[in-house]
Amino acid sequence: MMLTKDEARNLKRFAADIRIQCMEQFKAVGVGHVGGSMSVCDLMACLYGKLMRIDPAEPRMERRDRIVVSKGHAGPAMYAALALKGFFEVEELKTLNRLGTRLPSHTDRRRTPGVDMTTGSLGQGFSSGLGIAYACKLKGIDNYTYIILGDGELGEGQVWECALFAAAKGLSRVMVFVDANGYQLDGATDEVLPLGDVRRKFEEFGWEALDVKDGNDVEAICGAVEMAKQDTARPKLLVLHTVKGLGCPAAFAAGLPTNHNMPVSAEAADRAIALLLQEKEAIL
Amino acid sequence: MNMKLLDEIRPDSKEMRAYYSEEIVRLIDAGKPVMALDADLMRAVGLLPYRKDRADRIIDCGIAEANMMGVAAGLSAEGFVPFAHSFAAFASRRAFDQVYMSGGYAGLNVKVVGSDPGVGSALNGGTHQANEDIALMRVIPNMTVVEPSDPAMLVNVIPQIADTYGMFYLRLFRLRAKKIYAPGSAFTIGRAVTLREGADAAIIACGLEVAEAVRAAEILAERNIRVRVLDMFTIKPIDREAVLAAARDTGAIVTAENHNVIGGLGDAVAEVVCGECPVPMGRIGIQDVFGEVGPTPALMRRFGLTAEDIAETVERTMAKKKE
Repeated sequence: MMLTKDEARNLKRFAADIRIQCMEQFKAVGVGHVGGSMSVCDLMACLYGKLMRIDPAEPRMERRDRIVVSKGHAGPAMYAALALKGFFEVEELKTLNRLGTRLPSHTDRRRTPGVDMTTGSLGQGFSSGLGIAYACKLKGIDNYTYIILGDGELGEGQVWECALFAAAKGLSRVMVFVDANGYQLDGATDEVLPLGDVRRKFEEFGWEALDVKDGNDVEAICGAVEMAKQDTARPKLLVLHTVKGLGCPAAFAAGLPTNHNMPVSAEAADRAIALLLQEKEAIL
Repeated sequence: MNMKLLDEIRPDSKEMRAYYSEEIVRLIDAGKPVMALDADLMRAVGLLPYRKDRADRIIDCGIAEANMMGVAAGLSAEGFVPFAHSFAAFASRRAFDQVYMSGGYAGLNVKVVGSDPGVGSALNGGTHQANEDIALMRVIPNMTVVEPSDPAMLVNVIPQIADTYGMFYLRLFRLRAKKIYAPGSAFTIGRAVTLREGADAAIIACGLEVAEAVRAAEILAERNIRVRVLDMFTIKPIDREAVLAAARDTGAIVTAENHNVIGGLGDAVAEVVCGECPVPMGRIGIQDVFGEVGPTPALMRRFGLTAEDIAETVERTMAKKKE
């Protein structure tokens, strides 16, 4: 899927808007999962701006593509994309994590229009996403199920049960993105539980797997998705090498490992938003 | 509830797993959106012979219970009605967080089936003995917990479980059970069945212990003690009216379950009795110890689950009424 120049520009701007709305959410509540939300904003822009068949007016449309954010703490990035696409008012984003909100810290199918599955306990969204994909196949729906994992999440044994299952059952309409930002709560993923070559591991499990060197580049993401979809037999996995906290300078102030979940002052949020607006204006 | 008791409780010649798998297959073949998932125990639960012709609907997930429960949750999000089976130890302990979050918390429609509970694990031994599965499943909000005591009940309850939206835990004795009810009997989930009437005490039992409770009532009748016997096959939501009526009418309750006395049927009954009509209670069950290996009848004696144990506990509990 080579993007036209216009498409690329629009997706980059959409990604900047998603980041801005992430910061607005964190600002409103004063704290949040900054690192792992900001790292997936470009992927969210590609999914909601280009790749997915969705209809904000009919969030449960049977023919839609499904999406499961298994790294449920990236909810704010998904909510920003959903709001900007019109699933609900952008103003509602400021209710993040308030009692009674429709936007809880981890994604919840019962609360938020456009959310297909409840996640939060890592590894589980991968399985439920596979169940959804299996069901869509049985129902004869011509769609994809997109599943987003974190790299730290790959420590869960359940992930590897899923790797076996999807290949064994020929779930070729599953596309998994690993947001490989290199860090988990306690430190670098390579130090906590070194993962080795994730792409090769999944290939060994019978998947079509690709590395995306710059996982924050919308053109690279869309190009890799197109390439992966050429394979019609195997489930697909893209390892997106991303930067944790990208777009929020405060996320880098005390070093990356501390930005998984961090306090966000109004000043820090405003500074990030101002910079993101500048970057957005500079996109040609 | 249109239920008929057999004149005599007698061992069945057919195993519970055969009734289970036949009923699941019947629902699939009748066009219901039912699916059967298993974690490499299809042979054990009797589904394997049916898989070949229904490969889309009967899925072997391999020895990967966590993934199986998650896949089941995803299938149910799309309108299917998955029955996900493993031995009770693995369906509950091993995959608890998946049942809890992907199923329960997500408001989905997974039917978790745990077989060989408690002393049903028999020669598989203590590692496989689930004495805590009722307790685990009972603390998940909105989870319905059902343990049928005989084949007629199992066969009647399975379609109800399939047709009722929500999370269920079906605690399944897999081998030959005792026949208590006439074939074709109908039951209502959430309503206890009265098997014997009596005013001296009440035995509230589930699963394997129901037949023992009836035999205990017969032993006690010889001693001129008349007990009410309830088959409390729905452990959650418990039949509060039946429990309170038993407390009020008899003044002494003994619970009998093939489960740890902590967190199971006994606690569910006590939670009702304590709050609204306190009476002396006795508890038949596994007394907070780990399981062991051995034939089921030997394990029942070892853990004090026999009719004689129940009868003795009834007499002791009745004595407290007078204190």
